Amino acid sequence: MARKIRVLIAKPGLDGHDRGAKVVANALRDAGMELIYTGLHQTPEIIAESAIQEDVDVVGMSILSGAHMTMFPRVMDLLKQKGAAYIKIIGGGIVPEEDVGKLEALGVAKVFGPGTDTRKIVDYIEKNCAHTA
Amino acid sequence: MPTKKKKASGLDEAAACWERAFAAEPLQDVDFTTVSSEPVNTLYTERDAAGMDYLRDLGFPGDYPFTRGVYPTMYRGRFWTMRQFSGFGTPRDTNRRYHYLLDHGQTGLSVAFDMPTIMGYDSDHPRAEGEVGRCGVAIDSLRDMEILFDGIDPAKITTSMTINAPASILLAFYLCAGEKKGARFDQMGGTIQNDILKEYIAQKSWIFPPEPSMRLITDILAFCAERVPKWNTISISGYHIREAGSTAVQELAFTLADGFAYVEAGIAAGLDVDVFAPRLSFFFNAHLDFFEEIAKYRAARRIWAKRMREKYGAKDPRSWLCRFHTQTAGCSLTAQQPENNIVRTAFQALSAVLGGTQSLHTNSMDETLALPSEKAVRIALRTQQVIAHETGVINTIDPLAGSYFIEAKTREMEEAAEEYFRRVDELGGVVKAIEAGFFQREIGRAAYEYQKAVERERKIVVGVNRYQLEDEKIEIPLLKIDPEVEIEQRNAVRKVRTDRDNDKAARELARLETAARGRDNLMPIILDCARCYCTEGEIIAALKEVFGEYLEPPVF
Repeated sequence: MARKIRVLIAKPGLDGHDRGAKVVANALRDAGMELIYTGLHQTPEIIAESAIQEDVDVVGMSILSGAHMTMFPRVMDLLKQKGAAYIKIIGGGIVPEEDVGKLEALGVAKVFGPGTDTRKIVDYIEKNCAHTA
Repeated sequence: MPTKKKKASGLDEAAACWERAFAAEPLQDVDFTTVSSEPVNTLYTERDAAGMDYLRDLGFPGDYPFTRGVYPTMYRGRFWTMRQFSGFGTPRDTNRRYHYLLDHGQTGLSVAFDMPTIMGYDSDHPRAEGEVGRCGVAIDSLRDMEILFDGIDPAKITTSMTINAPASILLAFYLCAGEKKGARFDQMGGTIQNDILKEYIAQKSWIFPPEPSMRLITDILAFCAERVPKWNTISISGYHIREAGSTAVQELAFTLADGFAYVEAGIAAGLDVDVFAPRLSFFFNAHLDFFEEIAKYRAARRIWAKRMREKYGAKDPRSWLCRFHTQTAGCSLTAQQPENNIVRTAFQALSAVLGGTQSLHTNSMDETLALPSEKAVRIALRTQQVIAHETGVINTIDPLAGSYFIEAKTREMEEAAEEYFRRVDELGGVVKAIEAGFFQREIGRAAYEYQKAVERERKIVVGVNRYQLEDEKIEIPLLKIDPEVEIEQRNAVRKVRTDRDNDKAARELARLETAARGRDNLMPIILDCARCYCTEGEIIAALKEVFGEYLEPPVF
């Protein structure tokens, strides 16, 4: 039997807006994925560490405070340093279009903006983030 | 008239006749529920308002139980305060925006702080990295507050500050900044949000655990009652509860439950209820469901008045008043076709005005994309001015009173809120219910149900799940925060620390830490810390030594 897709939903930084993170976590769990939620106010170090410890396929980061250009690259660098660059990073929140392009160029797999249908996220993860090993 | 049908002799007969006619016709396949998924009747009649007693249930504006409004004159006396929440970048950037808004007819100020300020970190703290000036203005010390209000007279304008865990510190900065301009504490009016309970419940910007947080709040209640009598000491907030995904009834019930918890805390701290209750105010959301929102505001006034008088024994009529600020619902806005948000906001603002709000923030169309641009915020302010000056709705107080629907809905929401109060009481009160995750679960469930309803297209969001545009390009200008802001602000706070008398600052911080271990009111000492330019982060660090930090168990 194929292993269930494992997802870490993370809230980096000081932002407390967790409605989106929790709605997405619920939707992914209902779609049959294994969900780990970091809780609020996490540092990039803790997020990268948890992603490796929990052996996840993908990390979903939710940021609504405008700190996305700091937080995404930091988590990706840490994963790379720890030899875990294979873990995909996706994101959501208030991220202007222009920054979405920049983040994707930096290697963020996908950024889902406000109003995204959660089935789109499920579909994306199933197609792109399933464990291949 | 030989063709005329026989007239129904009574109301019941006429109703039955209409029901038959209704049942005979095909209906649209639409969920006729409110945005909170509450069912509503097709039609309301006299029968739905049965048992209503005008004087007991409605009364007159400015009179118990205040269902019709808290003041006798309402908008004929003065309009609501048009108060746009605003802050970004450095204190200088935001000061310029305040002058812009005041020049365009805004009548009060409302400060949005950045995340490090909200969470008690100075701009040069490692945890502040990437967040300085991003979603609000960065304020690290009295120096920043002086710049923020440069050219603004704190004795003439009222200022609201959205600050909670570190509220006492930001209030101290504000009072000291005013003091340096020659304003007396008793001349300065404004509001601090200072509502920590809803932080644990919904907004999640906490620092200390509940018990010391409540002590800081009762210290503020006591201090302001004596020294800053025109200050609104807590803005008990449903806004964030709603934004986190609650229903309208949950917003109403959880907010008022928080309010009762503050009243009980004040009484337990030995304060006379009439000393502090007149300075409590509220902050509600204006969501899209027009009539549900209006009923919510009316129910809030009635519930608060009754409890304050009957349960808490308040004798001063000002203690009975549920005065409130309203902000339109950010969570109802869409990133798709953002111009449509102007329309959504206008309807929401109208419901707040028809519901008798005391002040109002209208969201800008671009808020799902970035902080508002100057043009977007001007349109938002103009929306309020159009309502005030052009629509005529301000002429008559509580114009929807007596509507069978509105009165039935007001009563129904009151009853549903009472049911929530009973459940919270059973859990041992608000703090215990927070620790048990009760509110968080209720809100999380409602948010997820709403999302599913949208995805099943049982709820339609224009431009999102219907009437979408192919390959839509956003064509409105967005405000960008210059990354230089962080560097500038970091240097500024370091300069404050080198320019001040550091021995004195260290002494005041040590004095604060000692006092925090005892029972003395901390406000006067926090003011002394502010006066000698201790930074927010330093003051918080001293308090953390004694109070510790709150950790939420991560549940979803």
